[in-house]
Amino acid sequence: MLSRTAENLYWLARYVERAEYLARTIDATLRVTALPAAYIGKTNEWDSALLTAGVAASFYQQYEEANERNVVDYLSFSADNPSSIRNCIEAARLNSRSVRTALTSEMWDTINSAWIELQEVWSRGTSTREDLAKFLRFVQETSLRFDGSAYRTMLRNDAYWFSRMGLHLERADNTARILDVKYHVLLPEEEHVGGPLDFYQWTSILRSVSALTAYHWVYRETLKPWLIADLLILNDSLPRSLASCYGNLVRNLDQIGVAYGRQGPAQRHARGIRNRLEHSNMNDIFQHGVHEFIQEFISDNSRLGEIITKQYLI
Amino acid sequence: MAVAFDEMNIPGGDLRPAYQELARWLKETPPEALEYRRQEAELLFRRIGITFAVYGDSESTERLIPFDVIPRIMSGKEWSLLEKGLKQRVRALNMFLRDIYHGRDILRAEIVPDDLIFQNPVFRPEMNGQQVPHDVYVHIAGIDIVRVDSEDFIVLEDNARTPSGVSYMLENREIMMRLFPDLFARHRVAPVERYPDELLSALRSVAPQSASGEPTVALLTPGVYNSAYYEHSFLADKLGIELVEGRDLIVKNNEVFMRTTEGVKRVDVIYRRVDDDYLDPLTFRPDSALGVPGLMSAYAAGNITLANAVGTGIADDKAIYSYMPDIVKFYLGEEPILKNVQTWRCREPKDLAYVLDNLSELVVKEVHGSGGYGMLIGPAATKATIEAFREKLKREPEGFIAQPTLALSTCPTCTASGLAPRHVDLRPFVLTGSKSTTIVPGGLTRVALKEGSLVVNSSQGGGTKDTWILDE
Repeated sequence: MLSRTAENLYWLARYVERAEYLARTIDATLRVTALPAAYIGKTNEWDSALLTAGVAASFYQQYEEANERNVVDYLSFSADNPSSIRNCIEAARLNSRSVRTALTSEMWDTINSAWIELQEVWSRGTSTREDLAKFLRFVQETSLRFDGSAYRTMLRNDAYWFSRMGLHLERADNTARILDVKYHVLLPEEEHVGGPLDFYQWTSILRSVSALTAYHWVYRETLKPWLIADLLILNDSLPRSLASCYGNLVRNLDQIGVAYGRQGPAQRHARGIRNRLEHSNMNDIFQHGVHEFIQEFISDNSRLGEIITKQYLI
Repeated sequence: MAVAFDEMNIPGGDLRPAYQELARWLKETPPEALEYRRQEAELLFRRIGITFAVYGDSESTERLIPFDVIPRIMSGKEWSLLEKGLKQRVRALNMFLRDIYHGRDILRAEIVPDDLIFQNPVFRPEMNGQQVPHDVYVHIAGIDIVRVDSEDFIVLEDNARTPSGVSYMLENREIMMRLFPDLFARHRVAPVERYPDELLSALRSVAPQSASGEPTVALLTPGVYNSAYYEHSFLADKLGIELVEGRDLIVKNNEVFMRTTEGVKRVDVIYRRVDDDYLDPLTFRPDSALGVPGLMSAYAAGNITLANAVGTGIADDKAIYSYMPDIVKFYLGEEPILKNVQTWRCREPKDLAYVLDNLSELVVKEVHGSGGYGMLIGPAATKATIEAFREKLKREPEGFIAQPTLALSTCPTCTASGLAPRHVDLRPFVLTGSKSTTIVPGGLTRVALKEGSLVVNSSQGGGTKDTWILDE
C-alpha cells in the first residue's frame, strides 16, 4: 500500500475521532456550566475545555475571555483553529478524497454527506442552544457512523489497521489530556482539597469520554475519584481507557508486522507502553504522582505517533 | 445555419425507430415523475462526489455536471459504422505518431508540412527514435463526434493526450439503471461496464519487456485539486490499481518505484493523467511539482510504459486535424469512414483572408486549445468580441483554425418548459493494446442545455446524458 495512502487513512481516523472528542467536551462543559455557581466552585470550565483541547495558547491570541460564546466558537467553527471541529471535518473530507480508493463507499458517504450537511452550519453558525446541541450530536453521530462503517465494511488488511491505529492513538491522547487537566479533582480523598462540589466535575469527566453509565456497571458504587481514574487509565474493558487503547494499538501493529513479515521500533515502543499500563495499579500511580504519570504517558504516546510515521508513513 | 438534425423525430411527424419505445414510455410517464428522478439523480451525483473543478472559479471549487435523464439512443447499425470509423481513425493516429518520431515518410511525401511538426510546441524531440512497446502511442483516445444528418459521423476533435469523461459514461449508466429499471427492461441496451477490464488488459499488454509476468500498473494523477480528480480515483478503484501522485514515485537506476508501507515497489505501466509538460521536471518544466524527476530517462531506457505516450499532442493538434483525411489515406490506403469538418487553416494566407471576411459565421479555435476555452463562435458573438478576436487572429494567424458553424444534431432533453431538443455531441473512448483496438459501445454524450447553444463543454455549462446503443 502506498505510504501516502496509509498516512491519509491514519490521519483521517484521527481527525474524525478528534472532532467527536471536541463535541463531547463542549457538551459536557455546557452541562456543568449550566449548574448554579455554588455547585461547581470557582474554576472556569471553559478554560479547562481549552486546555483539554490543547489550544489555550492560540485561543488567547484572539480572544480576551474564555466564556461560552468564545470557546464554543473557537473549538467548533473557527477556521483559524487548526483543530476546530470544522477543520477536522474539512481535513477528513480532503483526506478521504485523496484516498477514496482505499475507503469503502459507506465510509466515503459518511464523511462526504456530513461535509455537505455542515457547509451550511459553517456559514451561519448556531444561533440557539438547541441548534448547538443538534450540531454537537450530529458530529458525534458522524463519528459513530464512520467508525461503524469502517468496522463493518473494510477488508481486514493494512488499510484497516492503519486507520484503527490513528483512531486509538488519538483516543488515548484525548483521554490522557482530560486526565491531565482534571487530575486534581481525582486525587484520593485524604490528599485533595475539594469537597462534595467535585461530584459535578467527576460526572463531567465521565461524560466527556462517554463512561458515566459504564462507571456504575463496573464498580456498582457511588462516584469515587480514584475509581474514576482507575476506569480511565487501567480498565481494559472501557474502550476509551488508556489500557484499552494500547491493547488495540499493540494488536493493530502486530497484525501489520505479521502481514509485512517484520516488526520494528513501533511495535516495540507500543508493547513497552502497554506493559507498563498492565503492570500498574492505582496505588502505585498515586504514589508516583498521577500528574507525572499522565504527562509521561502523553509524551510516550506522541512519540509512538512519530515512530509510526517514520516506519510506515513517509 | 441549416436546421439541425433531430435524432428522435423525422420531419413530418414520424419517429426514428431507435426512439419509438422511449417515446411511448415518455407518453406514459408524468412530467413530475421525470422531475423527481432528475432530483434524485442530482442527489446521487453529489453524494458519490462526482464533481469537477472549474479553473479560475473560486466561489465553489467543486461543481456537478448537470445530468439529463433522457437517454440518447443510437441503433446497432449506426454504431457499427461509427465503430469501424473510429478504429480506422485511431489506427491512423498511431501510425502517424510512429512515423513522425521515426522515418517521417509523411513529411517526405509532402502530405503534412514540416514546420507544422517541428515548430509545434507539442512536438517532443525527446521522442525521436524512441521505441514504444508494440508501437502504440495512443492507448486511450477520445474522439469527439457530431452528426448533422442521418448518414454521416463527423469528427470534431481527436483527443490523443489525456482524454477525460469516461467516468461519466460509466456512472451515468449506473445511475440510469438505478432510476429507470423499467425503461431498461423495455430496451436491449448494450452494456458499458466492461470498460475498466478492457482498459486494464490494454495497459498490461503494453508493459515493457523488463516487467515481471504480472506487470504493475498505476494511475498518475496531478492530485485532488485537478478538475478530473474524481475520474482518476474512480478509474484507479475500478481497475484495482494504485492512484499515485508524483511524490509517491521515485526513479532509481532508470526504474520507477512507488513508495509503499513495505518499502519501494517497481511500477511497469503508468496510466498518466498528467500532461507532458509536468511529467518530469528534469526534462520538461523545471517548476513542476507534479512530476517525477528522472521519469523520462527510465522511459528512454525502456523500463516504463507511459499511456498515452509522450508527444501524442502532435496528433490531436487542431492544425494537424485538418490533414487527417489525407493521413488516413496515406497510411491505410483506405477512404476515411469518418468525415472531417471543413477547416480553414489561418496560417495559410488565402484561408486567413476568407476567415477574416466571414468571422460572424465561423467558429474559430485555438490550435492548442481545449475544453472550449478561448474559442469564438461567430454567430453567437457580439460585434465587439468579433473585432477583438480579429485583432488576435491577425497578430498570430498560425495559432488558429476556423470551421463553419455546424448545426449539431439534437436530442430531446428536460428543460424548464418540458422536453425540448438540445444540441449534443458524443465522445466514444477507443482503447488500443498490443493486439487489438476495442471500443465499449457508447460514450459520453454532452448536451448544450441552453436553448440554441452549441457549446457542450462542461466547463462552459454543458451537461451529460447516458448514451444507449441498442443491441439488435
